[in-house]
Amino acid sequence: MTRIDAKFAALKAQGKKAFVSYVMAGDPDFDSSLELVKGLPGAGVDVIELGLPFTDPMADGPTIQLAGQRALEAGMTLDRTLELATEFRKDDDTTPIVLMGYYNPIYSRGVDTFLSQAKAAGIDGLIVVDLPPEEDDELCIPAQNAGLNFIRLATPTTDDNRLPRVLQNTSGFVYYVSITGITGAAEAEATDVGPEVARIKSATDLPVIVGFGINTPAKSQAIASISDGAVVGSAIVSQIGAGKPVGEVLEFVKSLSDGAHAA
Amino acid sequence: MANDLFNSFMSGPDESGRFGIFGGRFVSETLMPLILSLEEEYEKAKDDPTFWAEMDDLWANYVGRPSPLYYAERLTEHLGGAKIYLKRDELNHTGAHKINNVLGQIILARRMGKTRIIAETGAGQHGVATATVCAKFGLKCVVYMGAHDVQRQAPNVFRMRLLGAEVIPVTSGRGTLKDAMNDALRDWVTNVRDTFYCIGTVAGPHPYPAMVRDFQSIIGKEAKEQMHKAEGRLPDTLIAAIGGGSNAMGLFYPFLDDKDVNIIGVEAGGKGVNEKMEHCASLTGGRPGVLHGNRTYLLQDDDGQILEGYSISAGLDYPGIGPEHAWLNDIGRAQYVSITDMEALEAFQLCCSTEGIIPALEPSHALAHVMKIAPELPADHLICMNMCGRGDKDVQTVAKHLNFDMSDTEGRDAS
Repeated sequence: MTRIDAKFAALKAQGKKAFVSYVMAGDPDFDSSLELVKGLPGAGVDVIELGLPFTDPMADGPTIQLAGQRALEAGMTLDRTLELATEFRKDDDTTPIVLMGYYNPIYSRGVDTFLSQAKAAGIDGLIVVDLPPEEDDELCIPAQNAGLNFIRLATPTTDDNRLPRVLQNTSGFVYYVSITGITGAAEAEATDVGPEVARIKSATDLPVIVGFGINTPAKSQAIASISDGAVVGSAIVSQIGAGKPVGEVLEFVKSLSDGAHAA
Repeated sequence: MANDLFNSFMSGPDESGRFGIFGGRFVSETLMPLILSLEEEYEKAKDDPTFWAEMDDLWANYVGRPSPLYYAERLTEHLGGAKIYLKRDELNHTGAHKINNVLGQIILARRMGKTRIIAETGAGQHGVATATVCAKFGLKCVVYMGAHDVQRQAPNVFRMRLLGAEVIPVTSGRGTLKDAMNDALRDWVTNVRDTFYCIGTVAGPHPYPAMVRDFQSIIGKEAKEQMHKAEGRLPDTLIAAIGGGSNAMGLFYPFLDDKDVNIIGVEAGGKGVNEKMEHCASLTGGRPGVLHGNRTYLLQDDDGQILEGYSISAGLDYPGIGPEHAWLNDIGRAQYVSITDMEALEAFQLCCSTEGIIPALEPSHALAHVMKIAPELPADHLICMNMCGRGDKDVQTVAKHLNFDMSDTEGRDAS
């Protein structure tokens, strides 16, 4: 059982929905990013998604593109990203960390080396946007064998024929992408998302978490009420981009998690 | 050998879209169902005579194919060695090889009921070709072009707008072809239902590398026939410039199993292939990685971050290369070399003055390599070089590099 499995089991026992936050590792610099990540569990975050910066984030909108650029300009690397997770783990051994990014930095490191380093750093799961089930042999299967969850994205274009394939090697939870589009673009509507979540839930026992297009406490609550939890990324990252101090960003995160937890 | 599929170099990609370890389908889940349906539609079209009948008709009557295979007599004399033929794809409608592929993809898009076409462009040639074919068929066309390229290829931007396309300058990254491709993918993922992404080169997720190659292979098929007519045999050496590598793949592919034919791809060496990375030579200066839906050789740093390429030629300014080229390189079937900006500029001028052909900067790279090797080869050695684009779009860039002041009506050098 990974920290992710344990967390969702605990939430289920409490009858609570999950709140998942995304921030880019090293945005705008290592120290403030670490301070922010350390504050996330206290702001009600159940699962931390930690962005691994990449020069060409083709599924991300301008907000997260810019966050990646800021992090890279501040000297962020794969090693420093794992170091940030290691530092966080010194004080927190329960909050799951999911590393989210693109395949090339991982491929460049070498999959086996990366997996043992990620595991040692206290990473619990991976979301790699450009690895669909068709490429499972690359990283998904080796990651599961190494004891890391591999969390798959399901999308509005994932039809019933394809869904079993998407769910097949998924573990931890399923991340439903609520819109066809990039991060931080259109707004998700709970009325559209509800039936889709139900469709996925009927095909899996894994928790189904919804992300993309969620940017307010009300939205966080609405989406969490029709799923197992909500993910917010761009709305938080844009506050960091606007230069808000860590305390203020965490207050905003708290309002979002309160929304999800009220669902 | 040519008939033995098990030993053929022409049987790739495999079912998962791989050429050896290269290629694949590294895209987000949102795009995956689209890519699978595109593959299915393409497989159907490929075996459908009515599809090819439509292509042949448009190739002949709209594009002006076959393009001539031209014996460059004065260039041959000047270099004093091998006999040089130019495959004149710069004479195509819109001035480059790009339209060969665009026609195929747009006909496919129409068969799939898509009404909106998006494309990325570097030098603007693929954008112009896409805008052209969209105008012909009354389709909405959106072209993503790096902001830096919008500046250095202004005439093509105006052409696209005249043709009714919306040109979106891309400011992310350094504003070149790679960034335009990122934004095109972002558009596609947002507008999956009505939009067809018309990729301009032999890169991207499967089936694009194979599909674009198949459409561009008309170049090599014609060249083979024409060379037979002219010389009664195969050429000895094929040479073509490579950014993503579509004109090269189009020329090379029909010759892959003719094992006596030497195949040379020419990458953009920019200011020189060295540790400063001021070039776009992915094979000579990069290593395997994953970007834009495929695994191939990429310019990248030690941490797997993609580097911006550099070349005088906007059409070659891409940090990757088609996966089939990566494979042909690794198995040794083709050889890849690089040519610097300065060498390409010299070839550009030589072509103008000896043949009366103003070449694009892209094939000027190929020509520069011809200049290097032809003098050392015997007179009965046949070189076939792909003149894949004409240079009208590049005259401003070349003028700048040669310190020629275009505003000076007396025509004096600015220096």
